[in-house]
Amino acid sequence: MPIINFVHPDKRSEPIKATVGDSVMQVATGHGIDGIVAECGGNAMCATCHVYVDEDWLPRLAAMSDEENELLDGVAAEREKNSRLSCQIKVTPDLDGLVVRLPERQI
Amino acid sequence: MTQIPTLDLDPFSIEFFENPHPVHEVLREAGPVVRLDKWNVYGVARYAEVHAVLNDPLTFCSSRGVGLSDFAKEKAWRPQSIILEADPPEHTRTRAVLNRVLSPTVMKQLRGGFVAAAEARVDELLSKGSFDAIADLAEAYPLSVFPDALGLKPEGRENLLPYAGLVFNSFGPPNQLRQDAIARSAPHQAYVAAQCQRENLAPGGFGACIHAQADSGDITPAEAPLLVRSLLSAGLDTTVNGIGAAVYCLARFPEQFAKLRSDPTLARNAFEEAVRFESPVQTFFRTTTREVEIGGARIGEGEKILMFLAAANRDPRRWDNPDQYDVTRRTSGHVGYGSGVHMCVGQLVARLEGESVLAALAKRVATIEITGPATRRFNNTLRGLESLPVTIKAA
Repeated sequence: MPIINFVHPDKRSEPIKATVGDSVMQVATGHGIDGIVAECGGNAMCATCHVYVDEDWLPRLAAMSDEENELLDGVAAEREKNSRLSCQIKVTPDLDGLVVRLPERQI
Repeated sequence: MTQIPTLDLDPFSIEFFENPHPVHEVLREAGPVVRLDKWNVYGVARYAEVHAVLNDPLTFCSSRGVGLSDFAKEKAWRPQSIILEADPPEHTRTRAVLNRVLSPTVMKQLRGGFVAAAEARVDELLSKGSFDAIADLAEAYPLSVFPDALGLKPEGRENLLPYAGLVFNSFGPPNQLRQDAIARSAPHQAYVAAQCQRENLAPGGFGACIHAQADSGDITPAEAPLLVRSLLSAGLDTTVNGIGAAVYCLARFPEQFAKLRSDPTLARNAFEEAVRFESPVQTFFRTTTREVEIGGARIGEGEKILMFLAAANRDPRRWDNPDQYDVTRRTSGHVGYGSGVHMCVGQLVARLEGESVLAALAKRVATIEITGPATRRFNNTLRGLESLPVTIKAA
């Protein structure tokens, strides 16, 4: 199972075993990761599952959709170049070791 | 194969609606899936199974109706919904249209007006002191913002709540509630059919936005009125019951209201927790498209599965102290709005309304006291009150 590393704002890293096919948001909410709210349950409506993807990993992710790009303009914490919505990142075997940082706030 | 326990109870009876919680526990504890002979359906009441059924829309389909009636066997009482009662991939297209109409960007434009209306409403209620929290707040507030946001004409809005009551009763079995609602439905249906047409919807509202998507070719002109109908069906009574639930919680649990008052930014979560705790939408059905296994038991094709959303929202396997209303709870994952591709498309409007009302109460009101009997309104799908007499004091 691929491991996804969630890094909290206090730099604490939490490695989670993920199921291939789940979204990174589902991995987080399924393991009670604080800092991912995911109000809309993965329907790309709310922008409360915002993460900063480690720069090394960014090129390995699928390109973002127009909807995700638009939603990212509305995130509560600062939007950065490496901002993504975790509900739109699907876990694949190549993402084993993925590092995502959690923002200070989601709402 | 695991034997499926059979339970002899009617989850659509008035006795059940009076106090569903003990029966929800019986349903959860009987097994991961149960057989309900009364209506010839299967039921799931544990969080894991409810969540699993909601998130497998191709096995547990909506296109055969999300009520007891199986559209493969009997004609729907109204033209079938092209979003609620549709499956991927057809559903994906219509859902994308409503997602755009009810997006976070649109909510940002509405927020100021919704907040101001909630504050004005609470100020007016403070000047009254004593009032009915259902008619004067839970109904009055959504009625003051939602029909305008949709772009409805001022005339005929008295049909909105009866129409919604009808839609949610119709998901139930052919009991008295459903039969009475359908028998009285003709004028409400006529109003809704007319109000869904483009010429009757004000520019800039949700309704006009839906019709505009027909111009860009994302939906056909014939589909636009049906999507407007979805908002008329599900956009009002649900938030009425959500806000009613939240006010009822804050009135019953003063220590939680005190927490909210000390930090009004908890308003959004306090509303969310009320949706979990009371589950204004109690149930929906799905229909199996193939033979399937749930919790080790086999269920055939073409069977109706009743999902007890309210029972899942209080399943102790998923929630700590599920029977406590806690404004600081991590509510993520509750199924009060459903889950998966059909999860409530109007959830952002609902949360905006709920947050606006609770924030206004938190900032302006010191105490909410229940001063008379809370009476229940019965519906096959919705849970809420008919009346809640209260007295409030200014902060």
